[in-house]
Amino acid sequence: MKQLVFMRQTIGARFCIENPKFAQECPRRARFITMPLHLRRRAMTLLADQTMVATRTDQKSWADQFVPMHRDRHEGNVLTTHPDPAPRTLSERATLDGADGAWHLSGALTVRSVSGVAEALDHAQGKLDLSGLTRLDTAGAYLLQRHSDRLGIVHAQPDHAALLDRVAASMPKPPAQTKASFTLVQFLDKIGRMVASAGVFLVEITAMLGMFLARLGQVIRHPGKMPMTALVHHADQVGWRAIPIVSLMSFLIGVVLAFQGAVQLRQFGAEIFVVDLIAISILRELGILLTAIIVAGRTASSFTAAIGSMKMREEIDAMRTLAIDPAMVLFVPRILALLITLPILGAVANFMGLFGGALMAWIELGVSPAVFVARLLEETGTNHVLVGFVKAPVFALIIGVIGCHAGMQVGGNAESLGAQTSSAVVRAIFAVIVADALFSIFFAIMDI
Amino acid sequence: MARDVVIKLRGISNVFGQHVVHEDLDLDVYRGEVLGVVGGSGTGKSVLLRCIAGLRPPQAGSIEIFGQDALTCSETERREIDQRMGVMFQDGALFSSLTVRENVEVPLRTIDGLNPALRRDLADLKIAMSGLPYKAGDNYPSELSGGMRKRAGLARALALDPEIVFLDEPTAGLDPIGASAFDELIRGLSQAMGLTVFMVTHDLDSLHACCDRIAVLADKRVKYTGTMEEMLQIDHPWVHEYFHGPRARAAIATKEKAV
Repeated sequence: MKQLVFMRQTIGARFCIENPKFAQECPRRARFITMPLHLRRRAMTLLADQTMVATRTDQKSWADQFVPMHRDRHEGNVLTTHPDPAPRTLSERATLDGADGAWHLSGALTVRSVSGVAEALDHAQGKLDLSGLTRLDTAGAYLLQRHSDRLGIVHAQPDHAALLDRVAASMPKPPAQTKASFTLVQFLDKIGRMVASAGVFLVEITAMLGMFLARLGQVIRHPGKMPMTALVHHADQVGWRAIPIVSLMSFLIGVVLAFQGAVQLRQFGAEIFVVDLIAISILRELGILLTAIIVAGRTASSFTAAIGSMKMREEIDAMRTLAIDPAMVLFVPRILALLITLPILGAVANFMGLFGGALMAWIELGVSPAVFVARLLEETGTNHVLVGFVKAPVFALIIGVIGCHAGMQVGGNAESLGAQTSSAVVRAIFAVIVADALFSIFFAIMDI
Repeated sequence: MARDVVIKLRGISNVFGQHVVHEDLDLDVYRGEVLGVVGGSGTGKSVLLRCIAGLRPPQAGSIEIFGQDALTCSETERREIDQRMGVMFQDGALFSSLTVRENVEVPLRTIDGLNPALRRDLADLKIAMSGLPYKAGDNYPSELSGGMRKRAGLARALALDPEIVFLDEPTAGLDPIGASAFDELIRGLSQAMGLTVFMVTHDLDSLHACCDRIAVLADKRVKYTGTMEEMLQIDHPWVHEYFHGPRARAAIATKEKAV
């Protein structure tokens, strides 16, 4: 079999070389013929010389008996297309040679080959002969123009000369630059600006809060103005869809608290106090705080992204020109939805946290659910629950206002959208924790 | 010698759901010409451009670019074809997080061994060639006007000295002075660099000013191709309305005044 294939190859190659007419008759067939590479190349050159435009013929020829063994598209193309006057490849090469005063540039000087001769051209001086240049593009022309004060270009082909002129006409002229040095004054200036921008941020946040409250006042006076559909939609997005993650997180926190408490309290035989530990820490602090942190991550980012992309596409400007108040349409439903749903999410978190704690206390310490509930009702004051819930609307306002404000800060490009989204999340979480700390101090002083 | 065909479309069909945009469409684009593609709204001019540029394969038909089948070739071969073509999108489609210069440098980065200083200079050259001031190179796309963004888009499309550039409505949204400057720019670049230009446009002035040949898309295919003079003779109702309407008369008048 091998021998047979070899025979076919040799016969095919010979035939092609000796009978160039074959190509005119049946060029498509010719490229299917399998033959050794060097013979194939020779054949192809011959064929390309013979025929420029090959046309397909249905003429039957004895070449039919050749089996298509291997197809090479590149060489197939030599047959079926016009050869480009100076064919392009992706590996072009230009060579510069010569001695002082008489340089000769040949090959293709294009964007792919300029790097090869750029350095050599720096040392060249005198006359530069371009007669051997097959292709020149703007990158090559740019390189030649850059050295045109030292090199006299001669024998350029007309189209190359035209390109050189065109490039010469639009050589970039960088304006003289004064290099700025870094001084102490600039350093102080930078710090001052950062402080000032932090101040501006606080003012803007306050303005945003004021705007929201003013619009809320309008809505309360004229309830018909309330964008109810948007409110329900956002309440669904912000509240309902956050329930699974908030529940899971809170349940696990309850489990962890009970487990850690059990290990410590067992040493004193004070297992029953695990109920107080769980109840107070979850109801007073963790339930609401962790919910707010999760909501800040979920919701502040989505507010910023939604409002920011509208800002980016000038939709907010369009609203203003249509006499629609963006604050009423975009901010009020979002922040109000947060105000309504965050306490509910907090309640869910409290319940799930206590459930997780009770479960763990039962498994680990043998505190039965009945005992847990009885102890919870007897010993834990409602003030703990109230302290927790008082914080929820404040956290909601912080998250909503920061998210909406960051959305309005988005500029014209996609990158600022990303930057504002991440900074909204960071700021919202930070502000929530700071507010929580302030509440703790306040309640401690008031002895609640 | 017959003219060298760089793009050869045969039997192209494009269907969106029930809506047939192209059916059995044939078109040849010759080397070095500026081809204007016109047609009513929804005749699929941009779809055709996206097909050839490889952004959307047609449902049927064959596309041959530089003599190579662009639909069945391998990824590598397609990339080689893409490197020989440049596309300018309607609003430039510049990367918004990069400056104009960095935008133009992006295609140049694909070339191995090009040193950064030279790459930067070449980007500056392309920016200057597309008629932008030097300082525009440092600006972000959002800081530029619509016309400047188009020029920056053209600079990026020309970065690798392509053989074919596709322009999607290059003069839409420009003022008349800016638009005619853009026409001249395209004409000049096409002559200096031997570019083949495939231009989708609605602008009759541009058709007069820079196109060698016009292709009319109607009835789901390329109904007519020919020079402006030939277009004026055709009595297909849409074509007649297009080239003889009030705006067309104004464009012809301007051209005659210029001559």
